Amino acid sequence: MDSLSTELGTVAGTREELVAVAPPAAAGAARRRLRALLRRPTFVVSAVIVLFWVVAALGWHLFGLDPYGNSGQALAAPSWSQPFGTDNLGRSVFARTLAGSDTALAVGPLGALLATVLGSALGVVAGYFRGWVDTALMRLFDVLVVLPPLIFLIVIVAAFGASVPALIVIIGVVFAPGIARIIRAAVLAEMGKKYVTSARLQGESALRIMATELVPNVLPTIIIQATLSLASAILMTATLSFLGLGQQPPSPDWGLAINQNLDYIETAWWTVIFPALAVASLVVAVQLIADNIKETWS
Amino acid sequence: MSETRVSENTVSVRDLTVSYRTVSKHTGQRMVPAVRELSLDVAAGESYGLVGESGSGKSTAAMALTRYLPAGTEVTAAELSIAGTSVLGLDAAALRAFRASTLAVVYQEPGQALNPTMPVGEQVAEVYRLHGDNRAAARDATLAAIDRVRLADARAIARRYPHELSGGQQQRIVIAMALASEPRLLILDEPTTGLDSRVETEIMALIDGLRAELGFASILISHNLPLVAAHCQRIGVLQGGVLVEEGAAADVLLAPRHSYTRALIAALPDINAARRSPARVIAAADGAPAGLAAADEVNPAVNAAEGASPGRRSGPTAANGGAGGVGAIGIRSGSSEDQPLVTVANLTKRHHRKTALSDVSFTIGRGEVLGLVGESGSGKSTLGLTLAGLTGYEGTISFAPWTGEGSAGAGRSRRRGGQALPRVQVVFQNADASLNPRRTVRRVLARSIELLGGTQTVEELAARTGVATDLLDKLPQQLSGGQKQRVAIARAFAGHVPLVICDEPTSALDVSSQARLLDLLTELQERTGVSYLFISHDLAVVRQVADRIAVLYNGELVELKPADQVFERPEHPYTQSLVDSALALRRPTDGK
Repeated sequence: MDSLSTELGTVAGTREELVAVAPPAAAGAARRRLRALLRRPTFVVSAVIVLFWVVAALGWHLFGLDPYGNSGQALAAPSWSQPFGTDNLGRSVFARTLAGSDTALAVGPLGALLATVLGSALGVVAGYFRGWVDTALMRLFDVLVVLPPLIFLIVIVAAFGASVPALIVIIGVVFAPGIARIIRAAVLAEMGKKYVTSARLQGESALRIMATELVPNVLPTIIIQATLSLASAILMTATLSFLGLGQQPPSPDWGLAINQNLDYIETAWWTVIFPALAVASLVVAVQLIADNIKETWS
Repeated sequence: MSETRVSENTVSVRDLTVSYRTVSKHTGQRMVPAVRELSLDVAAGESYGLVGESGSGKSTAAMALTRYLPAGTEVTAAELSIAGTSVLGLDAAALRAFRASTLAVVYQEPGQALNPTMPVGEQVAEVYRLHGDNRAAARDATLAAIDRVRLADARAIARRYPHELSGGQQQRIVIAMALASEPRLLILDEPTTGLDSRVETEIMALIDGLRAELGFASILISHNLPLVAAHCQRIGVLQGGVLVEEGAAADVLLAPRHSYTRALIAALPDINAARRSPARVIAAADGAPAGLAAADEVNPAVNAAEGASPGRRSGPTAANGGAGGVGAIGIRSGSSEDQPLVTVANLTKRHHRKTALSDVSFTIGRGEVLGLVGESGSGKSTLGLTLAGLTGYEGTISFAPWTGEGSAGAGRSRRRGGQALPRVQVVFQNADASLNPRRTVRRVLARSIELLGGTQTVEELAARTGVATDLLDKLPQQLSGGQKQRVAIARAFAGHVPLVICDEPTSALDVSSQARLLDLLTELQERTGVSYLFISHDLAVVRQVADRIAVLYNGELVELKPADQVFERPEHPYTQSLVDSALALRRPTDGK
């Protein structure tokens, strides 16, 4: 009985009286959510890390960093003049790590954006129309989702090359099905609510129902999916470079740097550790932002 | 309140005050009392009823007895003892033991009270296990407990998962679980809200029987005054956290002293009264049995007084059904004005192999309110969906050409951008989900006016439907249930739509909101001359608004006649049981 009342007391306690005395929900729900996010330390730290990499990617030229020049000293350990040491060609690992954010952030965000737009659109269409449209799209996505993404990517990159625009499109196409499935599920839940039925009864067009009734209500899910796919996209591009399918030398790309310096990991650990930490920090930070959004918004 | 021997009472409360901490921008943190200086006694084996509207503090008061309230709640009382235990003085371990042994709570939503991933038998057995029984003993006790709540074939039921049981069966299981600990006090928090009236009667009878058998005291919390009156010996009425009236059930119901109680009773749908509107005239059936009023009962004077076009009101509302109203319908020949608005013939709807509606035929006249009653699963909502064109069906549904309010010349275009205007609007039961949570009321109404081809402004529409102007820029979550439902109604009346389907529009509301909403619906109907299909499980509510009542049972239309006759001479056994349980709930008993 105790467990029963524990479980249900919350329901009863919050049901009527609390609602009656709670301050009315402000119209600025978005502002409230942002404030809730800013109270979370992991979110703030993650946001600072992501911001740091964005600034590095956009501004490394301005800071006088030279990721390509030979400092004259190969495989030097970290010191005051070379904070992250130098690699086998005498290049500054510090400069190369900061500059490497450039390529990491070129493909990831745009790829994730494309995947989100494509996936959300298909998910909303499949969830709204049901029937054969839904079946056809979902079976297609089933096929795409069961393919191991990395092997699939390698094949496509081998076929279409690894230019930045090609990578963006490929990432977008590879991640879209997963997003579409989740958005479809969210749309199905909304479709069960009567406001959609009411809109249909009033003769609202399908396009407007999708755009003005459904999308605003699944927007939190869309944003969470966008952030999650951003983390995966960054990791995926780094992986491709690591495998030699992305950026080519002398690019300071992180994945490429890890691959090239793997031979020196025992003698000059700094050549591998710093780019690896860079990838990890960015991916984990983005992932944590997604987690925080998920926890505060739903 | 004559009880003074405190030791005899199961519940003894003096000056109970419960306050919630609220944080507001203007006043900072402060304590808001939800219950103020409440004193009540419940004797052993007594049934006590606590009545009040949402927010009156009745649930809070009851939860204070279990000391189960959200963090930040302050509970003070001169005395708060249950079965001799002073609840406020208990430490965590003692409180746990107290809750496990002395009292039990049955909540409104049995579906939420049960773990969906466990067979119900195991969940009941868990209680016995916690009380120290071994596995075999717990299993036997569980079967006995399921038997005791009058569920046939306890063994089979015990193996089912909650979703495999009906709402009534789930609530029986929750009751079995609550009684497993042999409590001295059973708190029933709206135990039958959301169940249909027949199941409600059965569940309440079960609780009454078990109380007589086991001798526990009970506190029934409800906004449903007649229900409480029928099943409790004494009633307390709460308003704004204050106990404003207390007394024997019959006294409170029949001779209320406090103005609030009188208002509550006045707001009740009166089962014995005809339609709410005095100006309303019901045209009787063409082929009505001898002795019943004929079509010429329509009083021209009343019609003229209403200012409605007499031609519209008189003829076409006549029922085509005749006695029983089932079977073939005769469509009256004549001008289109004389045709019923909607003619449904041989409507059948199948879900997979199950038949939801079988061979249903009826008509809805112009300006007529057709009530549709039946228990959950009888197909009444399906019928509404079918008429709204939301699902496929077999049979025919035809609409007569419609000329609505303000379009006397009939010249108004029925088309907007090449698309026909909708003929049907629906007001759903759950106003929560029927409004887009991310749109302000103003945007909802503006878009509706646009879509339904209305000519009024948002403000005019809001004024007509009693939506206060300051609500226009709010989001649905900031509105109360009644306000949301008003917006949903306003949306249906944004243009000229001939048929509005009201699908249990008031069943989620308390009595006074319900009464105001029914008034609004009646008024709008009379002003605009639309027809309603009014779906409800509550005969009393339907009676207030309907000209004719159709009874749906297992997908078949078993009765269709003018509202009065359904009450005076129900023919089908199911209709009889519906009428009986509707009347039983309103018959106060003087102690069981």
